[in-house]
Amino acid sequence: MAATAVTDDQLIRFVYDEARMLDERRYEEWYDLFAEDGYYWVPLTPDQPDGINHTSLAYEDRLLLGIRIERLRNGPAAQHPPTRCHHLLQTPEVISRGPDRGEYATRTQFHYTEVDRDEQQIYVGTAYHYLTIIDGHIRIRLKRADLLNCDAALPSIQLFP
Amino acid sequence: MGRYRDNPEAIRTLVDDDRVHRDVYIDPELFEIEMETLWPGTWIYVGHESQVPNPGDYYTTLLATEPVIMVRHDDGSVRVLRNRCAHKGTRVVSSVSGNTGKFFRCPYHAWIYRTDGALHGVPLKGGYDGTRMAQSDSGRGLATVRHVEIYRGFVFARLADDGPGFHEYFGDSLSSIDYMADRSPAGQLEVAGGCLRYLHDCNWKMFVENLNDTMHPMVTHELAAGAAKTLWAGQRSDVAPPMAVEQLAPFASGYGFFDQMGVRVYENGHSFTGVNFSIHSAYSPMPEYDRAMVAAYGQERAKDILGTVRHNTVYFPSLTIKGAIQAIRVVRPIAVDKTIIESWTFRLKDAPEALLQRTVMYSRLINSPMSVVGHDDRHNYRSIQEGLRAGGNEWVSLHRNFDPTETDHTELTTNGTNEISMRNQFRAWAKFMTPAGTPAL
Repeated sequence: MAATAVTDDQLIRFVYDEARMLDERRYEEWYDLFAEDGYYWVPLTPDQPDGINHTSLAYEDRLLLGIRIERLRNGPAAQHPPTRCHHLLQTPEVISRGPDRGEYATRTQFHYTEVDRDEQQIYVGTAYHYLTIIDGHIRIRLKRADLLNCDAALPSIQLFP
Repeated sequence: MGRYRDNPEAIRTLVDDDRVHRDVYIDPELFEIEMETLWPGTWIYVGHESQVPNPGDYYTTLLATEPVIMVRHDDGSVRVLRNRCAHKGTRVVSSVSGNTGKFFRCPYHAWIYRTDGALHGVPLKGGYDGTRMAQSDSGRGLATVRHVEIYRGFVFARLADDGPGFHEYFGDSLSSIDYMADRSPAGQLEVAGGCLRYLHDCNWKMFVENLNDTMHPMVTHELAAGAAKTLWAGQRSDVAPPMAVEQLAPFASGYGFFDQMGVRVYENGHSFTGVNFSIHSAYSPMPEYDRAMVAAYGQERAKDILGTVRHNTVYFPSLTIKGAIQAIRVVRPIAVDKTIIESWTFRLKDAPEALLQRTVMYSRLINSPMSVVGHDDRHNYRSIQEGLRAGGNEWVSLHRNFDPTETDHTELTTNGTNEISMRNQFRAWAKFMTPAGTPAL
C-alpha cells in the first residue's frame, strides 16, 4: 500500500493484531512487526524521558527481543508450564498522522493479564505505538507500554505488556 | 512459644560446618528473630550520601522491618531517624525522597521536629504542663539511630547499641567499595539512573547466597545467555558484539571459568567472587575514560583499579555490590518468604556518561522484573521455598570443597566454585542470631 493510503482503521487493526500475536504466542510474527531500528519499551517511572540514561523495566531493540524470543522458544525452567498472557484493549486512538513522512502514532488503553500456574497478575496501562511504513507494511518504530504501577516492587513479568 | 525463641542452642544446631537446616529459610519465628537480633546487631546499608546532598534532603526506607529517614541535617551531617512520630506513631514522612526544609511536621497533629530528630514544638503546648511528657520517650523527639557510619558515601547503620564496631565488622572487605568509588576519576559516586525493585517470594538468604553461587549461571541462565551467544554468532564476525551481548553472554561461561575466577571470604559473612577476573572482564574498552583515569591516578594505579573487576561482593546481610560496573543490590526482607531486592546504579563523577549508560543497561538486563536472567533466578528461589517443605531430608548441602581447616582463617582465598561463601554466611548467621551473653554450646 502507498504511505498515503494508510487509514485510521488500518492503524487500529494493526494494534489489535499486534496484541493478538502476543496472546497467541506468535512471537516470530510479532518480532517481524518491528522496524530494523524498532524498540519495545516499558518505562520504570511515570514521565521517564528516555531508556538510555535511566533504567527501565524493559528497553529492547530487535537483538534483545530476539534473545527473549529465542529463550522462550527453548523453554527455560521458568516457563514450565508456559506463562500465558492476555491483552484487553480499548479502541486505539490515532493521535498523530504524518502521511508525508510515513509516521503515525496511536494511544491505546489496556488491561494486561499474565498467568503463571496458580498466580494471576493484572496490570493497567497505556500503550503508545509509533508506526512507520516500510515496503508498504505498517511497522513499529517504538512501542511504549506505560504501566500504571511501573514504579512498584513487582514480581516477574515474563511476557510482553 | 516456638522452638527457637530464647533458645540459642536450638538455633546453633541449625548450622553445621558443611550444611544448614531448612528451618533457616522457612520458619517464621526464625525470621522474627533475624529482624530482632541478627539484622539490628550488624551493620546494615541505609542509602548513599549522594541521595541527600543538601540540608533538609531526605530518603526513607526500611532497616530490617523498621521505617527510617536518612536526612541531611543543617550542620551538614547525615542523620538516620526512626520514621515514627513520638506522639502516636504516625510515619512523619511518607514520600520516598524530597526536601523537608528545616523541620519535619507530622501530618496527624503537627508535632514538629528538627532534622536531627529533636522535638521543636507541639500545638497548644500548655496542655502538657505538669505532665510527664517532656521527660518521657515522646519528649525526646524522633528516636535517632545512634550508630551510623559513612564509608566512601555509603551510609550504614547498626540499630542495636551492642555489637561490633564498623571497621571490625567489615574489615578488608571494604576494599571492594574503595575499588568501586575509585573508578571515578574524582573518587566519588552519585546515585543515578533510578531504582528497580524486584519482589521475590523467597527468603532473603537465598538471594544473598546466590550472588556468590558460581555453579548456577551456566545451568540456570543457559538459555538466556545462550540465546545471546546464538543470535550474535549468526551476525557479523568483523565487529565487536554490542554491549547487550557483552553483558549477557558471559553468564553462559563454563565451570572452569567460574572456578578460576576465585572467591575470597572475610569474617562476619562477607565475601566476593572474581578475585582474578570475572564476567565483567571482557567489556569493550572506553579510551576516553581510560585516559581520564590515567590522568587522575597515574598509569600504575589506574591499571590496578580498572583491572580489578570483582564480580559480586556480599556485605552480609543487607548489601551486595558490583564495583566493576558501579551497581548495587540492597536486600529488604519483608517476611520469611518475601523479599524486595532494590537495584541501584551510580554515576562515576568526572567519567563519561557512557559509563552510566553501561550500568543502566546491565541493571535492566539482569535485575529488572522483566529481565530474563531475573526470571530464571526467581524461578529457582520460589522453587526452593516450596521444595524445602518436602520430607525425607531436612538439610541443605553446602559440602562443595569443604575443608575443616577453613574456619582457622579470618580471610581466605580459594577456588571460585567452592561453596565456602555460603558456609561463611551461615557461620555469621549463627553468631549474630545468638549474640554474646547467651550461653555457648
